[in-house]
Amino acid sequence: MAISEQRVILKHVDEPGYDPGIECYVRHGGYETLRKAVGMQPEEICRGVEVSEVRGRGGAGFPAGMKWKFLDRKSGKPIYLICNADESEPGTFKDRQIMHKDPHQLIEGMMVSAFAIQAALAFIYIREEMPQAARILEAAIDEARARGFVGEDILGSGYSCEIVVHRGAAAYICGEETGLIESLEGKRAYPRIKPPYFPAALGLYQCPTIVNNVETLCHVKHVVAIGGEAFARTGSPGNTGTRIWCVSGHVQRPGYYEFECGALTLGEMIHDVCGGVHPGRSLKAVIPGGSSAKILRADERFTGKLKDGTEFDWGLNDIPLDFDSLMACGSMSGSGGIIVMDDRVDMVEALANINAFYSHESCGQCTPCREGSLWMKKITKRMAEGGARTEDTDLLLSIGDQIAGRTICAFGEACAWPTQSFVSKFRDEFLAKASEDSGKRKGLRLV
Amino acid sequence: MATITIDGQSYEADPSANLLQAALTLGFDLPYFCWHPALGSVGACRQCAVRQYRDEEDTTGQIVMACMVPVADGLRCSIVEPEAAEFRAEVIEWLMSNHPHDCPVCDEGGECHLQDMTVMTGHCKRRFRFPKRTFRNQYLGPFINHEMNRCIQCYRCVRFYGDYAGGSDLVAMAAHNHVYFGRHEEGILENEFSGNLVEICPTGVFTDKTLKHHYSRKWDMVSSPSVCSHCAVGCNTIASTRYGSVRRILNRYHHDINGYFLCDRGRFGYTFTDAADRLRRPLLHPDRERDVETVAEPAEAMKRIREIFSEATGVAGIGSPRASLESNYALRNLVGSGRFSSGLPRIEHDATTALLEAMRNAPDGPGSLRDAERADAVLILGEDPNNTAPRLALALRQSVRNEPIRADAGSRIPRWHDRAIRDFVQDRKGPLFIAWPASTRLDDLAAGTHRAAPDEIARLGFAVAHAIDPQSPAVTDLDDSASDLASRIARALKEADRPMVVSGTALRSPAIIAAAAATVHALRRTGSGGSSFLAVAPEANTIGDAMLEGAPLETLEQQLESGEVDTLVILENDIYRRLPAPATDRIISKARRIIALDSIATATTNRADVVLPAGSFAESDGTFVNHEGRAQRFFQPLPPAGDVLEAWRWIGRIAAETGTSKQNEWDRLDRVLTALARDCPELAPARDAAPDAAFRANGQRFPRAPRRFSGRTSILSHLSVHEPKPPEDSDSPLSFTMEGHSGQPPAALVSHYWSPGWNSSQALNKFQSEVAGPARGGDPGARLIPGNGPNERPSTAIPAPVPDDDQTLLAVPCYEVFGSDELSARAPAVAERIPKPYVALAPTDAEHHGLDSGDSLNLLIGELRVSAPVRLDPKLPPGLCGIPAGMPGWSVPHLPARASVVT
Repeated sequence: MAISEQRVILKHVDEPGYDPGIECYVRHGGYETLRKAVGMQPEEICRGVEVSEVRGRGGAGFPAGMKWKFLDRKSGKPIYLICNADESEPGTFKDRQIMHKDPHQLIEGMMVSAFAIQAALAFIYIREEMPQAARILEAAIDEARARGFVGEDILGSGYSCEIVVHRGAAAYICGEETGLIESLEGKRAYPRIKPPYFPAALGLYQCPTIVNNVETLCHVKHVVAIGGEAFARTGSPGNTGTRIWCVSGHVQRPGYYEFECGALTLGEMIHDVCGGVHPGRSLKAVIPGGSSAKILRADERFTGKLKDGTEFDWGLNDIPLDFDSLMACGSMSGSGGIIVMDDRVDMVEALANINAFYSHESCGQCTPCREGSLWMKKITKRMAEGGARTEDTDLLLSIGDQIAGRTICAFGEACAWPTQSFVSKFRDEFLAKASEDSGKRKGLRLV
Repeated sequence: MATITIDGQSYEADPSANLLQAALTLGFDLPYFCWHPALGSVGACRQCAVRQYRDEEDTTGQIVMACMVPVADGLRCSIVEPEAAEFRAEVIEWLMSNHPHDCPVCDEGGECHLQDMTVMTGHCKRRFRFPKRTFRNQYLGPFINHEMNRCIQCYRCVRFYGDYAGGSDLVAMAAHNHVYFGRHEEGILENEFSGNLVEICPTGVFTDKTLKHHYSRKWDMVSSPSVCSHCAVGCNTIASTRYGSVRRILNRYHHDINGYFLCDRGRFGYTFTDAADRLRRPLLHPDRERDVETVAEPAEAMKRIREIFSEATGVAGIGSPRASLESNYALRNLVGSGRFSSGLPRIEHDATTALLEAMRNAPDGPGSLRDAERADAVLILGEDPNNTAPRLALALRQSVRNEPIRADAGSRIPRWHDRAIRDFVQDRKGPLFIAWPASTRLDDLAAGTHRAAPDEIARLGFAVAHAIDPQSPAVTDLDDSASDLASRIARALKEADRPMVVSGTALRSPAIIAAAAATVHALRRTGSGGSSFLAVAPEANTIGDAMLEGAPLETLEQQLESGEVDTLVILENDIYRRLPAPATDRIISKARRIIALDSIATATTNRADVVLPAGSFAESDGTFVNHEGRAQRFFQPLPPAGDVLEAWRWIGRIAAETGTSKQNEWDRLDRVLTALARDCPELAPARDAAPDAAFRANGQRFPRAPRRFSGRTSILSHLSVHEPKPPEDSDSPLSFTMEGHSGQPPAALVSHYWSPGWNSSQALNKFQSEVAGPARGGDPGARLIPGNGPNERPSTAIPAPVPDDDQTLLAVPCYEVFGSDELSARAPAVAERIPKPYVALAPTDAEHHGLDSGDSLNLLIGELRVSAPVRLDPKLPPGLCGIPAGMPGWSVPHLPARASVVT
């Protein structure tokens, strides 16, 4: 069964002849939404975003309208808008497509959002590893400014707002919104403790600040274009709008695909959209939302109750691709990075790879992930290299269990969930390593 | 107070505190690392985890960090809950994964907070089976040893050094598991509070390098409560000794003074007590002009003194601002108050007298460092605190945060939430104004500076007073920038809740002090309730010495001239540091006989007929009166060895020997204090600065040695297997051994911080009435100067503008934290930090004389020739030159004075 994409954000991307220049964007109806937005009351736009129920596409899936509602408008301080373009979750490559191929859509989304929250200044905090995207965005902002879409007196509305592109310094933690804000302030990107740091009240330079993901800000444009109610009817209830899924790993057609939330299942995505695993291989496991999301086994059964009370009993292939279903299955849709693994994959090696990433990206501020993630990495590395011990499996779980939920920011979960899920779901493989290796080991080893 | 529930029990707790603080105050043993009572919470180490419950119904609760939870009515938590306890042990396991197992060779071992917390959490089995991380250590100068492998990344060091003390050369570098705390390159830690890293660091990363040179374990050292002798702040210290020498100085908490921190001069200056030029035997100089000295037995020296006294037509005494109140008073009593000199030249004497008067007239008495820390607008008039009263500078550094925090009270961020409050304040600073001739290390905080000659500084002060209250006389001919600044300062002080004026004798200007007093009184008259005057004095007992009301040195010179006096007794005072050498030579040569008492050999003792070896702070009991007029007792950690005696005891023996007093009248500290109280009513409360020698708890003395002291019976076994009788102490309720009262002594008698399970100095929590609050039973010391009511009017002689003078420069004293203090400059580690001699010059003046930085400059100041390389200070106004005061071997006394450039 061929399933066709439902492209909204990526509507024109990859169309023959579509380029990132402003001419092309305007020719395709670009900046008309901004024109509409500056004619509206800012509160009206905020209400629209709230009604649309659009959820953040960066990872946590927090409703954007709600986030905006928390904005402290009485402080008298300037309000800032920050676009989180620090896309660095392994397995995720959606924001990059937007910035590279349709930068003006992001700029329009940002200006609509900035107008809605009456931001004094907007920032794009972009990952250092995307220098090309940063150049494209800077050029696009210049073009937009020249046409009055950015900068002074936008489209004659009297509202002015600049966009500053700020290149990050290559740290995963800068994607965490308070870490990002610290980094933007010129400090070490150490996430702040909530409370009192809810960015909507005390954000950049202690001013009210909204941090939204690239894709989320693009959605705001579409919310305003079609109206909040209409937007809310797309996707499934509570999981509105489309999402860009990034499929990587052992599928025949990896890539990015945009669908309405819940419009297809994980099985349909893997087998129909992406052509399934390579011939002669079988599906072993899937990480559904970027490498920090908990892994799902191909043969796992997922049962339980959804938020609305309906009971479900799904196999891996049956899980609808949206925020809530994946969460109900004990994982998350995260940043939309679906990593598919076939039967060739050694789970210990895969986890060793993920752990190496997280231990390197721990910022070093608080103890559990600074010390714990390194320890987990060392264990899995040694296991993968033929030095597994029988106690390692339980030790890994015990370290992971102590980290999750006990750190300053969500990095604790990000680094613990892979270990917790890999080890518990593929316990036999981890234990088998140890029995294999203990046979191989001769004599006493010091380390 | 709020009612909170911990493990099912209800307690009252302070709602302005966090849960960790409250739990520690209540006596719970809850482990922590990154939180520090003076630095607040950042929630980084995750060590103080407890389980918090929403309400009585909630049985699940959640794990929270106690240091991040505000105390509130109804708060419910459990410390013993197994999962929280397990997590706390896990945090230790994590930290231990890279912490080396080098406790037996680590300087911190046995007084290590990390060791204590490890034991407290119960972690003992190691599951981490990998090699440990290895860092490169750095050379950080003569004070601090660096051993990064021990680091547990609690961030306290950089939070103290950078955020609290304003240092910029110790930072966190790299990330994740390789976070490194050090300098950008090897080199001396610049900040003068670096020594606090030793106590701030919860383990052995930063340790005391001076201790390392003669290392001893905490449990092997005999300690006593002491008071720092290196400036007038009077920070409370613990002096620890072994085998007859001082091994280190630790902070002794005083709520109103030093709190948790000392300056490096105070912490590392102690080794002067063991320097090669210490006097330990009586000396006789048969011929004062020739440098021949003979070591004498005490009896022989006393015999000589008796002869000198019997031949004398008149004996005068020269006291000292670095000698104890008891010694000075004993001397005054020996020679009679008419022949007692404060030991200061007139120029310093007048300034000190003016300061004392201003202190007596201050509306609420002189302010303390705690007042400074809590001030929300500060004017520093003619002082350079970083160099003249370093610990005060650290307090003032905290004060600039008060106004921004107060202005944003609506944010309701608790004060202990350090990360949030610092971020919240951002770079905003409350008003701090500095009037000082040259640049200072507080300039980075200043809302305004006035760099001018002393008289101009005084004029600014009077202008501020006038701008606050027009009743204060106006200053005429003030230039526009100065009068603008004056009105800005006046506005800031008036708007403040707790305005403070800091002034002192650094520039030897009574007018500056009068101007500061006028400002304080103007504030008081216009209704600023909390206005406070903070007096800065130079030496440990400057104020105590001044309160004995001796005459200036010049008066003594006249007495010698007239023949009324022909013999001098000089107490712990090198008068070559006070007057120019030609003037000093005149006094010395006019005196037929000189008896000097000192702990160190000086130019003055070299010219005395008889020199008696006096105890340093380490071998003496006595009292210093600090800058706020607080009498504070210091106790000897070492019994005086050999011929060394406390100076007051020597003087008592002289009095008995020469028949001026009865035998034994002066051989007890308490008797000296009783006599002092009788003679000087203002000083009478000094007796109560600490319990007297008869004080006991359950009939027991208070041990100087810790209970775990080892070698009680074997420490001298290489000399004799017979255990000698422990030294007796007739002057204090302390014993020299570990025997005695095992409970907590009164704060004035605390010799070490220790509590079961708390072997590091953080056991201090158990010695306070509440964490970071006053000591249990009250802080030690006795305030002597209560201050007067609001109606006292200070004198208001406004100096005339300083006239332009093309011919000469006005040489003003400037100060060096390492170098200007006589005693600490003799400590080798401090000596390494003393700058080379220099004369600071404004670039325009240098150009005018064809000089560049480093060129040699020759000055004629009165009859004194001074030669030193030029140091350009662009902040110094033209017409002024700065000469560092009291530098060892290069002392240029008696400034300010006119200086002419000689080629």
